[in-house]
Amino acid sequence: MKPTDITDPDYFHKVVDCQYACPSHTPVPEYIRLIAAGRFNDAYMINWQSNVFPGVLGRTCDRPCEPACRRGRVEEEPVAICRLKRVAADNKTDIRDRLPEIPKQKNGKKIALIGAGPASLTVARDLMPLGYEIDLYDDQSKGGGFMRSQIPAFRLPEKVLDEEVNYILDMGVVTLFNQQVSSLKEILDKNYDAVFVGTGAPRGRDLPDLPGRSEGDANIHIGINWLASVAFEHVKKIGKRVLVLGGGNTAMDCCRTAIRLGGEDVRVVVRSPKSDMKASPWEIEDAMHEDIPIYENHNPKAFISEKGRLVGMLFDVVEPVFDDNGKRTLVPTGEEVMMPCDDVLMAIGQLNSFPWIERDIGVEFNDWDMPEVDKSTFQTSLPQVFVGGDAAWGPENVITAVAHGHQAAISIDKHCHSEDVRVRPAPDFNLVSQKMGFHDWLYDVHISDDERNIVPLVDKKTAIADRKLEVEKGFDFSQGYEEAMRCLNCDVQTVFETDRCIECDACEDICPVQCINFIDNDTEENLRQQLKVKATNLDQDLYVSDILKTKRVMVKDENVCLHCGLCAERCPTGAWDMKKFLLFSAQAGQDRSSK
Amino acid sequence: MTYIRPNFRHPEKDRNKLGYSIRNYEGALSTLCAGCGHDSISAAIIQSCFDLNLEPHKIAKISGIGCSSKTPTYFLGKAHGFNSVHGRMPSVTTGANMANKDLLYLGVSGDGDTASIGMGQFAHVIRRNLNMVYIVMNNGCYGLTKGQDSATADKGSVSKKGVPSLFDSIDLCQMALQLGAGLVARSFSGDKKQLTPLIKAAIQHRGFAFIDVISPCVTFNNTPQSTKGYEWVREHMEATGTIDFIPDRSEITLDYPAGSSRKVTLHDGSELHLQKNGTDYDLSSRKAAMNQIETVKEQQKILTGLIYHNETKLDTHGKINTVETPLNALTQDELCPGSTVLSELNAKLR
Repeated sequence: MKPTDITDPDYFHKVVDCQYACPSHTPVPEYIRLIAAGRFNDAYMINWQSNVFPGVLGRTCDRPCEPACRRGRVEEEPVAICRLKRVAADNKTDIRDRLPEIPKQKNGKKIALIGAGPASLTVARDLMPLGYEIDLYDDQSKGGGFMRSQIPAFRLPEKVLDEEVNYILDMGVVTLFNQQVSSLKEILDKNYDAVFVGTGAPRGRDLPDLPGRSEGDANIHIGINWLASVAFEHVKKIGKRVLVLGGGNTAMDCCRTAIRLGGEDVRVVVRSPKSDMKASPWEIEDAMHEDIPIYENHNPKAFISEKGRLVGMLFDVVEPVFDDNGKRTLVPTGEEVMMPCDDVLMAIGQLNSFPWIERDIGVEFNDWDMPEVDKSTFQTSLPQVFVGGDAAWGPENVITAVAHGHQAAISIDKHCHSEDVRVRPAPDFNLVSQKMGFHDWLYDVHISDDERNIVPLVDKKTAIADRKLEVEKGFDFSQGYEEAMRCLNCDVQTVFETDRCIECDACEDICPVQCINFIDNDTEENLRQQLKVKATNLDQDLYVSDILKTKRVMVKDENVCLHCGLCAERCPTGAWDMKKFLLFSAQAGQDRSSK
Repeated sequence: MTYIRPNFRHPEKDRNKLGYSIRNYEGALSTLCAGCGHDSISAAIIQSCFDLNLEPHKIAKISGIGCSSKTPTYFLGKAHGFNSVHGRMPSVTTGANMANKDLLYLGVSGDGDTASIGMGQFAHVIRRNLNMVYIVMNNGCYGLTKGQDSATADKGSVSKKGVPSLFDSIDLCQMALQLGAGLVARSFSGDKKQLTPLIKAAIQHRGFAFIDVISPCVTFNNTPQSTKGYEWVREHMEATGTIDFIPDRSEITLDYPAGSSRKVTLHDGSELHLQKNGTDYDLSSRKAAMNQIETVKEQQKILTGLIYHNETKLDTHGKINTVETPLNALTQDELCPGSTVLSELNAKLR
């Protein structure tokens, strides 16, 4: 193998599994250390810079970071990264003086944001400090988009959402709420320098052709619409017997909301086996904790009404059958099940919907009737129109929408300065030695061996009685500290300098996980087989040195490195050093301000 | 401050046949200088015992005084240990071995502990062919007292102080051969590929097994002109052959081109496979081994690898004809057969 190019920030970035997995690349270990140090405001601001909504995400994030967490490979459970974020948000004091200053002198560029969800708000957050004037359109009465209408208050208190939305709106965004935008042409005619479409995936999937659909219509609801009605308090109760169709996170929110609005026999019914449900495991757990049963392998067959009122649903019981290619089909077993109910909530998917974008104004649409959006610039075929969040490629999650927002803001800024949007700015990173003394490091190498902490919950009865009562209490300070100390500090990199190595093998001997090897060079495939412990995790890179004096190379399997620093401590010549790699993704205007 | 090793180990690292992980063979975190060759030897001992599926509580590690003699703290934390008096490791081992011959005796010593203060003890334990492994961690200097030249420092070798050694050195392998050791080997702490199979062979060898391991002292004796430094040793090593240890009844088959390798079978059926490289001599001949050491030395090189192997001699217990049961397991009844037997014995001597 060729020697690893550590000057490429991507190499060390990949070692920080959590940050790499995060769509907006939040420097996770950095803020976790700040939490352990009790520096909650600093921890919060690191989050705010990257993901804009730390309080919201600390409660509701899809947490792609956690399955990626190295601790999950070393031990069993990853660090509770998401809930640690909440610790920072909960314990911070007033941080408003740390928010970026908004220039009084505007730059003369005007932007329209359609939809006030996380993607649009992120664009506003990134562009307001650069002097842009921004008009924010939304059909709801408040900002937040789906974060407000679809995430129930018992998971995300309104206060938390208001605070973080207002940090952005208070920058001087002109809000045009309660305004349904029905024509993109009209918006374009207002001569904005750029328009960002962040309208989400607002149309809940229906079962229009299922027998009995129209007859039972009064008691058959689209999940996301129903959740929005609950959030805005248009709906305050539901029947005693409720069937929730679907196995995603919306279904989980629907069923848990239903038991809070008077549902007594609330059931989740999914077509597939439980193991194939799309909802995050912890959201399924939360629903099961509230004693909501999940019926698997039930395929809806008909809505049954009597005297014009919905009384139940008929299901085909199916079983999953896999063909030779592993493709699954749900084959009816012949058994039918009738479930009596008063209401049905359908949470079986969401669709994008752009009836308000005229097809003849220059925005190209693809075969799926979605606008053609560039994957890296978020630009459409109409140069001043950008699309991000769920509106771009269908339903994802808040953190992805934020990541889209950052990238779209970069593009909009470039577009407004007549620069090539395809030239993307490089991330801002540095690599700093953590050495203080013989056995002293700037980071705490003594990680906790304890298992993952469990977030304490409000008593179940109390929780179900109050729709707005937050179920999770969050970690208190000491639990937060304990959990933070489980972090392996993967951002503190083992950096090897070939010229200094005398090949004494001290690092190889001391390494608790035997990831360091001094062996003859070979192809990557062969090297992976020849290491002391075979490098079977192909997602993790091998760190290969230059050729050493003995013609061998140092090969380190990054997979389960504990970042404990013992290799550097046992190195007599300083060939190893522990260096903190801190990377912030590029944001709008960053490269311009440094010019 | 990091004097603690994390408790996590590689989740995919295998357990051995006893169900132990490598962690069960580790000791405390080393307090030797960073980069000390001794730590590599400790690691090789840990690896060997793990691979051979030895039960740690059936091993006794015995040492004298010096940096080398500190190392038993850093491996096999679950084994018996005796950190004895300077140069007296052989006597203490002899005593322990007499009392309980069922343990594996792992003697660890240094060049000072063996070639200077303990020379007399070293000679006699070999002469008696005590069943033990004797490892010398040989760095050519007295590291614990700031690096004075030791008795194994080669004439002309220059340590950190900068003054060439004035005296001829003692070659411990030649001494061991001369005194009748059954297994003699030399290796280098920086070459675990060679060292680990040698330690395994020494453990399986019945009788006295001696390994002289050149182990650079990074702090005091790792200059380019030192014949015990990493650089010099790497450039001047001449192995008797690439070595592989094949445990007993192992199904692993190694393919060597015909005539290019030879086997050394140990008493328990395990084997050492040596791939020849050019020079070839009869490994079971003391004379040939002596010759080879001298020949290689004349070329300003160091002969490493398995130098001599002969398992035909009886060990101490065999020579003095002790009973099968370890002496410490004999009961009062067996040791004192009673007045009837005594009077019968007396009657014979009347």
